[in-house]
Amino acid sequence: MLEVKGLNAWYGESHILHGVDFEVRDGEVVTLLGRNGAGKTTTMKSIMGLVPRREGSVRYNGTETVGLAPNFIAKAGIAFCPEERGIFGSLSVSENLMLPPIVAPGGLSVDEIYTLFPNLRERAGTSQGTKLSGGEQQMLAIGRILRTGAKMLLLDEPTEGLAPVIVQQIGRTIREIKARGFTVLLVEQNFRFAATVADRHYVMEHGRIIDMIPNAQLEANMDKLHDYLGV
Amino acid sequence: MFTILGIPGPLLFGQLLLGVINGAFYAMLSLGLAVIFGMLNIINFAHGALFMMGAFVSWMLLNYLGIGYFPSLILSPLIVGVFGLVLEKTIISRLYKLDHVYGLLLTFGLALVIEGLFRNAYGSSGMPYRIPDALQGATNLGFMFLPNYRGWVVLVAIVVCLATWAIIEKTFLGARLRAATENAPLVQAFGVDVPRLITLTYAGGIALAAFAGVLAAPIYSVNPNMGSSFINTVFAVVVIGGMGSIMGSIVTGFGLGVIEGLTKVFYPQASATVIFLVMVIVLLAMPRGLFGKAV
Amino acid sequence: MTGFSRVQMIGVALMVALIVLAPSVLYPVFLMKVLCFALFACAFNLLIGYVGLLSFGHAAFFGMGSYVSAWTIKHWGITAEVAILLGGATGAALGLVLGWLAIRRQGLYFAMITLALAQMVYFFCLQAPFTGGEDGIQQVPRGKLFGIVPLESDMTIYWLVAFVFLAGFLLIHRIVHSPFGQVLKAIRENEPRATSLGYRTNDYKLIAFVLSSMLAGIAGGTKALVFGIATLTDVHYSMSGEVVLMTLLGGLGTIFGPVMGALVVTAMENYLAQFGAWVTVTQGVIFMVCVLAFRRGIIGEIGAKLKVTL
Repeated sequence: MLEVKGLNAWYGESHILHGVDFEVRDGEVVTLLGRNGAGKTTTMKSIMGLVPRREGSVRYNGTETVGLAPNFIAKAGIAFCPEERGIFGSLSVSENLMLPPIVAPGGLSVDEIYTLFPNLRERAGTSQGTKLSGGEQQMLAIGRILRTGAKMLLLDEPTEGLAPVIVQQIGRTIREIKARGFTVLLVEQNFRFAATVADRHYVMEHGRIIDMIPNAQLEANMDKLHDYLGV
Repeated sequence: MFTILGIPGPLLFGQLLLGVINGAFYAMLSLGLAVIFGMLNIINFAHGALFMMGAFVSWMLLNYLGIGYFPSLILSPLIVGVFGLVLEKTIISRLYKLDHVYGLLLTFGLALVIEGLFRNAYGSSGMPYRIPDALQGATNLGFMFLPNYRGWVVLVAIVVCLATWAIIEKTFLGARLRAATENAPLVQAFGVDVPRLITLTYAGGIALAAFAGVLAAPIYSVNPNMGSSFINTVFAVVVIGGMGSIMGSIVTGFGLGVIEGLTKVFYPQASATVIFLVMVIVLLAMPRGLFGKAV
Repeated sequence: MTGFSRVQMIGVALMVALIVLAPSVLYPVFLMKVLCFALFACAFNLLIGYVGLLSFGHAAFFGMGSYVSAWTIKHWGITAEVAILLGGATGAALGLVLGWLAIRRQGLYFAMITLALAQMVYFFCLQAPFTGGEDGIQQVPRGKLFGIVPLESDMTIYWLVAFVFLAGFLLIHRIVHSPFGQVLKAIRENEPRATSLGYRTNDYKLIAFVLSSMLAGIAGGTKALVFGIATLTDVHYSMSGEVVLMTLLGGLGTIFGPVMGALVVTAMENYLAQFGAWVTVTQGVIFMVCVLAFRRGIIGEIGAKLKVTL
């Protein structure tokens, strides 16, 4: 479904990604693991076209997206939930929810999103999206991209800085949307959380993919993983 | 004849009305500047020149094509708005990756070109634009005679300002605009055509300036310098209000017009400088402006 | 002179030679106009080129300097050098007040505030009795240098103007290459960082602003003496625009750029004066071309071609 080959990316003079290769198959949940600065977030932004310069190939359902502007990549059916969540303070909660345009049929209805995140229904009238708690903002950030009908979701550290009970709820949500047929690429620092939702894990270091571990073999590779992540 | 604080009532109300009318133009112009600044991060120095162009286009429509005031009120902003659209597409869009001062310098040059061209073609003396028949005459309000056209300008300006506010604060399109002002790349990554949104914003702000120009044509004579005499004051208005809030721009614009009008009554010598003095006081007391956010 | 590179030394020598030789080829009055504007542009460049502050109100300092020099030499009968220095003092004092207000905001707001404050000065000059309103101060005598040397001859005052220009030019160079100037550059590159290093950046910006407005005042005062007139044109915001144009065209942040820009713009205006508003159109076009395609300016481009800093 998503095929990344030889992806390079630059911020100004600094060369961040040095030929990233991986793929995400239809209906899978795949994580990118790695230390800080390994290039996980840059990989996500490069897929979305949000870096100043990129080269290589990112094919989505066979369509080459390198060279497309971000809005066309979104229209192709990839939705992005950024690190720090990207909730808009000048928009109300419901405006935040309705902001991303529908790109394809098959997205969740607003009602289904509220069923998934009951807290949001209560807070829908809040005038500033940023007045929500961190957990609620994260739910809003995920909820709004479920509406669009995009089948490929990029979630950048959705559990960062959240309380354990919220992290569990995010985990349930990811399993739920996987069950509904969405495909998810997840950036995580927390591989214990990743293990509860993902099918496969790619490990990044210095702007490259250095290993791939199927979730079933995670236990067996624990030592190696500790070594990669420096924990 | 009655007096207030020793000032004859008609004089006081007359100047107040003039103040409100000036304030209406300040509000419409600073509103456009603020919206453009929010999306493009550019101070549109050409705003005054495009205001002037709005007045001139309505004059040309009348004198060359016989198209009257009311159709002009729609046509002239459309024509100048399309001009703004072309400007953004061809020239201004090249600046987004540069330091913001280049936007100021470029639009300053643009203002010189536009004003110079009109001065070459029409001289500096100015040409009259007749008040439309439907709005001739005056109405006795009891305490003063209100020239109908001036009442119309105030009314229309308030409606247009509030409509602009409502579009930005209350509509779906406005929500996209506000979001793009906060974080344009993310909005684009959601599938919104942000470059087109930027073009439309610029064209919209320009159309608003041109609309103000059409309103101004029968009040001030139509002349190439009518914009530049306004724009410097409007910059002070923008500094006073801060550019973070739409309603703030409207309130500041009208409020300063009123202050200017009152100054004309009580201390005429300071009427040209009073807005700048207010700016100094605001800078000292609240440097971010009355409605400003941190910039 | 310390601080100049070899190439810059050659540039300075060339410039001095041209200043000395030019009056035998060109009208001294035209050359003096160029030199006054060159000093004005160098003063402006001190702010935008080395501190990164875009002042859109420098006409206030130039114009007030011009008025004060003209008025004092006409009504007090003081000597020429004192009149020019009074113009500079006026620029500095006004710069202290306006700069103190303007540095409260940064970036584009700074530009708008300086523009608005200068507009206030313009309206003040329009109404104040001593400026002569629309007529300006006319028939200003050139006076005598040190009370001894009469300046009525164009060639005599030419040497005074040349001296004033060179002194200002070298002073700016000294400022830029002093430890103080290094801090200014640090502020231009990254103000928060300069603040975190313990520099009171606002103090530095204000001092630079005052120095720049002082030199602008000197340029204005000198011009008033040369032409025997001080008018509203000198305080009008289009004058602020003109000095921006000269500096941009010559090359922001270059040593010789403002001088080159002043020469080209003044020559162009002299040539185009007969065509009325085409001067304005041409200025506007130059602005736009510079911003879109020629941001290094004439001297900046030459420097880039030769791979030297000019």
